[in-house]
Amino acid sequence: MIGVIGVLVRRNIIIIFMSIELILNAVNINLVASSHQLQDMAGQVFVVFVIAVAAAEAAVGLGILIAFYRNKETVNIDEVQLMRW
Amino acid sequence: MDLIWLIPLLPGIGAAINGLFGIRFFSKRMAGVFAVSTMAGAFVLSANAFLQLLGTAERYHKVTVAHWIPPIPLETFNGIGSFEVPWAFVLDPLSGMMLLIVTGIGLLIHIYSIGYIEHEPRGGVARFFCYLNLFCFFMLTLVLGSNFLVMFVGWEGVGLCSYLLIGYWYRKQSASDAGKKAFITNRIGDWGFVMGVFLIYFTFGTLDFKEVAEAASQVPVETAAVGFGVVSAICLFLFVGATGKSAQVPLYVWLPDAMEGPTPVSALIHAATMVTAGVYMVCRNAVLFTHAPMVMEIVAVVGALTALMAATIALVQTDIKRVLAYSTVSQLGYMFLAAGVGAFGAAAFHLMTHAFFKALLFLGSGSVIHGMNEEQDMRQMGGLKLYMPVTFVTMLIGAIAIAGIPPFAGFFSKDLILARTFVHSPMLWVIGAVTAVMTAFYMFRLINMTFFGPYRGPDWEHRQDTSHAGDDDHGHAWHGPHESPQLMTVPLMLLSVGAVVAGFVGIPAALGGSDAIEHFLEPSFTVAGAPVAEAHHLSHAAEWGLMAFSVLLAIGGIWYAYRNYVQRPENSEQMAENWSGAHRVLTNKYYVDEAYDATVIRGTMTSANSLWTVDKRVVDGAVNGTGWTTIASSWVSHILDKYVVDGLINLVAWACGEASYLFRRAQTGLIQNYAFASLLGVFAFVTWFLFTR
Repeated sequence: MIGVIGVLVRRNIIIIFMSIELILNAVNINLVASSHQLQDMAGQVFVVFVIAVAAAEAAVGLGILIAFYRNKETVNIDEVQLMRW
Repeated sequence: MDLIWLIPLLPGIGAAINGLFGIRFFSKRMAGVFAVSTMAGAFVLSANAFLQLLGTAERYHKVTVAHWIPPIPLETFNGIGSFEVPWAFVLDPLSGMMLLIVTGIGLLIHIYSIGYIEHEPRGGVARFFCYLNLFCFFMLTLVLGSNFLVMFVGWEGVGLCSYLLIGYWYRKQSASDAGKKAFITNRIGDWGFVMGVFLIYFTFGTLDFKEVAEAASQVPVETAAVGFGVVSAICLFLFVGATGKSAQVPLYVWLPDAMEGPTPVSALIHAATMVTAGVYMVCRNAVLFTHAPMVMEIVAVVGALTALMAATIALVQTDIKRVLAYSTVSQLGYMFLAAGVGAFGAAAFHLMTHAFFKALLFLGSGSVIHGMNEEQDMRQMGGLKLYMPVTFVTMLIGAIAIAGIPPFAGFFSKDLILARTFVHSPMLWVIGAVTAVMTAFYMFRLINMTFFGPYRGPDWEHRQDTSHAGDDDHGHAWHGPHESPQLMTVPLMLLSVGAVVAGFVGIPAALGGSDAIEHFLEPSFTVAGAPVAEAHHLSHAAEWGLMAFSVLLAIGGIWYAYRNYVQRPENSEQMAENWSGAHRVLTNKYYVDEAYDATVIRGTMTSANSLWTVDKRVVDGAVNGTGWTTIASSWVSHILDKYVVDGLINLVAWACGEASYLFRRAQTGLIQNYAFASLLGVFAFVTWFLFTR
């Protein structure tokens, strides 16, 4: 919940990024808890996958972030309006 | 005799080389010598051919050089015929005589021209000799041609050269106008000639002179009783052609104006050779003409009228060359008079003698003009016999010859014509006799005004120092009238010999001669084997009487001129005043030029102008109207395109734009808005899912 709100309201792209990680990790905790409750190992396996994907996503996301900062000299998401009508 | 094809070719080559290279590379003297040498070659060949002709019995020799026009099936009076014209030359007594005249006198005039033209710029000299040679080429083609078409090539060619040479000083407006006048007037005559040739082919199926003559001799003579038939029509058309070329009424007006050309040109083309082409053509078709007696009457009357009219004009002209020009017209009238009364031999005889003495007179006048520093007005001359004795003596011989004093050339030929005319019609003889008096008068008026009396011309430096008179150093100050260089005087002397002796070939039987020239030329005017109409001859006594009478007339004319221009010059002015009306009419040449200007030329111009107006208003109007209509209709469709078609498209686009106004607000470009929207969507779907289950 905190992560979703962070994504939606914060302007700093780094914060948004951290919020996305929060969301993913919340999902991971949920998956581990469910897996433990239901005595099913599939959930924990899934978490491992999610962590791997999250790592890749973080790498790519940080690359985009750096490119963006070099172009715009800012990390403010409001400045990015290229797709505006 | 087989080399006669070379005779026209030599001057042709001369013209080509002088024209192509001479104008650029030849010196003045070289261009002249080159042209003279080609003429000399032609003269030698002609003389040789003529002597050979005398040796043959048949006196007819035809040389086919090339098959010019291959046989073409073409309709004639008797069904389809074969139109075939060879490029062929014919040598017979008539063409032989013309050959000698053209090459002989042409040669002398070429020599004379070297002296006459030497003050022109270098290129101009070569151009002059190029034209002169080209003229000889065409004239010899005309004379030698064995059929009408070859003759026509020469006929047109001499017209062209005449135009080029009259307009030789083309920077002078009057000269180029005179050239155009000559060319256009000749065009009218040429139309007649061409129509005659068409009609000849259509009627006889051939264009060869001999074949036409043989065919024509089979046709009945179209007397007044028979009516005006096709042969008469042919002859009338041909005679129209002859009036154009030989300057007869009503087409004579170009010849006096042609005097704008250099004097050797006037002598060669407008006195000795080209203008006699019409007479030559009529003589050449003697058989045709004798079968059309009504046209013969027309020829005789036109000839007599021309002779009289031109002689009266010549009485009062003051330009030395114009007097000679009208004299030429008048003498040509004599020739047609002779041809018209059936004396073709007399016409050809007079043609020959006239060629000698008229070329002599023209060259003499050229010498006078040359010595007087381009002065042509006789009122500015006088007393020149002291300064230019050779010119004086030779011109005097020429004048005596043309006046008809025995034993000079003009006497024999003119008396032959007058005698024949007297037999035919005493009325025409009276006209001829009156013309003879006038001829004697105006010629001696010319001689007297030019060579006798006090000098009336402009003064010059060192007037007393007459030792300079013989020098020829033009380019500096004018040193007064002077004799011309030998290049000019020698041809004059040779021609004056010709003017004395040329008549001896035709001494009439009445004077113990044998009418040699007429008998010699006879084969050219008749068809072998045809019955010869026995000419009605005068008795010798009557002929003697006529001769004595015409000599008296000539002497009377000379005496009258002497009295009024040498003894009492004031008499002539008195006369001009007493007869001022007549004098004015004659000075203005009967206002013929003005009449032509008012009728023919003005008429042509008016009709051309009205046609032009029609063109401008109607034809151009239609074109412009079409153009304007196209512009208007395209404007309409332009408006339609702009407001209707484009309007519809713009309306659609505008409507789309306006309609999308609301929706585009959603496109903020901010990712968070989009994410929020998708979150809301997720909530909505989840809610919907929960409540519906």
